Amino acid sequence: MTGGNRVRAGGVEAPQVRSSLPPNPLNRPAISSGPERAVWGALAAGVGTLAFGRRHGPLARVALLALGGGLVTLAATGRNPLYDALKLRQNDAGEILVREAVTVGRPPHEVYARWRDLSRLPDFMEMLERIEVLHGTRSRWTVRGPAGPLTFEAELTADEPGQRIAWRTVPGPGVQHHGEVTFRPAPGDRGTEVLARYGYAPPGGPAGAAIARILNHEPGQRTRDDLMRLKRIMELGFIPTAKGQTSGRGVRAGKV
Amino acid sequence: MKGVVWQGAGRIGVETVPDPELLLPTDALIRVTSTAICGSDLHLMDGVIPSMERGDLLGHEFMGEVIEVGRDVKKLRVGQRVVVPFNIACGLCDPCRRGLFSACDNSNPNHRMAEALYGAVSGGGLFGYSHLYGGYAGGQAQYVRVPFADVGPFVVPDGVKDEQVLFLTDIFPTGYQAAENCGITPGRDVVAVFGAGPVGQFAARSAMMLGAARVIVIDRLPERLEMAARGGADTLNYELEDVLIGLQERTGGRGPDHVIDAVGLEAHGHGPGALADTVKQRARLTFDRITALRWAIQSCAKGGTVSMPGVYGGLVDKMPMGAAFAKGLVFRMGQTHTHRYLDPLMKRIEAGDIDPSFVITHRARLDDAPRLYQTFRDKQDHCIKVVLDPWA
Repeated sequence: MTGGNRVRAGGVEAPQVRSSLPPNPLNRPAISSGPERAVWGALAAGVGTLAFGRRHGPLARVALLALGGGLVTLAATGRNPLYDALKLRQNDAGEILVREAVTVGRPPHEVYARWRDLSRLPDFMEMLERIEVLHGTRSRWTVRGPAGPLTFEAELTADEPGQRIAWRTVPGPGVQHHGEVTFRPAPGDRGTEVLARYGYAPPGGPAGAAIARILNHEPGQRTRDDLMRLKRIMELGFIPTAKGQTSGRGVRAGKV
Repeated sequence: MKGVVWQGAGRIGVETVPDPELLLPTDALIRVTSTAICGSDLHLMDGVIPSMERGDLLGHEFMGEVIEVGRDVKKLRVGQRVVVPFNIACGLCDPCRRGLFSACDNSNPNHRMAEALYGAVSGGGLFGYSHLYGGYAGGQAQYVRVPFADVGPFVVPDGVKDEQVLFLTDIFPTGYQAAENCGITPGRDVVAVFGAGPVGQFAARSAMMLGAARVIVIDRLPERLEMAARGGADTLNYELEDVLIGLQERTGGRGPDHVIDAVGLEAHGHGPGALADTVKQRARLTFDRITALRWAIQSCAKGGTVSMPGVYGGLVDKMPMGAAFAKGLVFRMGQTHTHRYLDPLMKRIEAGDIDPSFVITHRARLDDAPRLYQTFRDKQDHCIKVVLDPWA
């Protein structure tokens, strides 16, 4: 299988990252299990039969053949073209993978220290309402969800000052996920290359992730913004905005 | 205050809107004394730039007096008279430190919208130029909020008139950067400029200031060619003669050493009809989308530079890459890094090398903006450049 949305568990493409993501603590099925593929295959056969029926014009026939072809691909490879289109990546354990990188114009130990101060992560992570540091490596996260706040606990699984932080959720209610962020010097005195990687089991399975993506509520989409906010906080000390400025729209939005 | 407001495609209005306020401690407020309509504003007017919202304030060429500064503003002071670059830059990120101010990493709050359109990267924010470029309110108004007040605004001496320095905000540096990008060898190189709109006019005069042996300006509108000729350029009306043959004849068969495409198409990912419109609005050169660029590549001498201040926003088709490759051409392009030209070009103005007010054809009140957008777009009344007074 080539490229696309399925990368190996841990998804290590960048050789500089010394450790892969920790093993998936959950055992979710991959997107296309055996029975699932059989369903797709049956659907493909049905659509194919329709396409060769006599009642369709040439355009409808081409459309039906294309649809059938897509279903055959799904059945044969287990790849979901919808995922490709939505740029969702998944590992063999059925987790959605998120990877984003940004270069921040401050030295690695500073950027690491900013991230390691877990209670301040909500400053730049939009989905986080708050993080309370409990004891040792434990913390309690409150996340904004589509249906209200969700709370769960997480623990650090790695903490290498100036280089890497990794964590995973403690089994319990809420979205199970694990992640790591690495910091390394950018060449030419440009600061720090920050690489964030998360894996999570989407509520509602793969379909849930696709729907969240379409609704702009999938964590991967937010991660890019989160990293840019981190960069702006570190480089400027604030986050530029145009929210709340004057316009001809009558009602003025609140100040930021 | 009064401001020029985008009311939907094709509808420009002047409305009373709330006065702007400081939003961040690094902001300043400016009382606008002069503002201009840019050719690129016409694309907003016609609705070919995505992500405009009803009520957005327009305008990115403006100057005025500082009336308030935020508590973290260190250099700029109330009462100073400033010109403000059309692009917004933080001054601290890696591109800004390298002088690539228009590529600022941090000034566009809506960076992801631009990234989605272009695939990977976005430029910095712009005043009054859609939410794709940050959604910042523009300066065709009585007051404007200016972010990064210590980075953008440039203090101008009291002695010079608004009209002499107003175009430091955009079109003069844009034309100058286009000429500078050519790497002109003084006394030797011939430079051709496609498009005799405001940017083309400044590109031609800048090429002369940088020592071009000869400058040839190409357009079809007589009043624009006359303006270029008054500045010392040779002219070529492509409706009256074949462009490629005409340029060969004027350069001993070599072709111009460098060619500036001051046409562009500024199409941000919309349909062919809109693309054609964009070119018609800005270039007046052709109904074909990249004819100016194609001519530039075809006419340019071996090893020459194709410099592109004209804005390209989408995907270009049928570009003669074979010709470009065969001749070993160099391509230089991009939004203007306005900030880096303010000081040197101010000195040029003070030294009397150029008086940028030559390009102005229309002066009016802010209230007349809707009518003058129309006049400018439709090339009526020999309109080349409009300056508005928000307080008249």
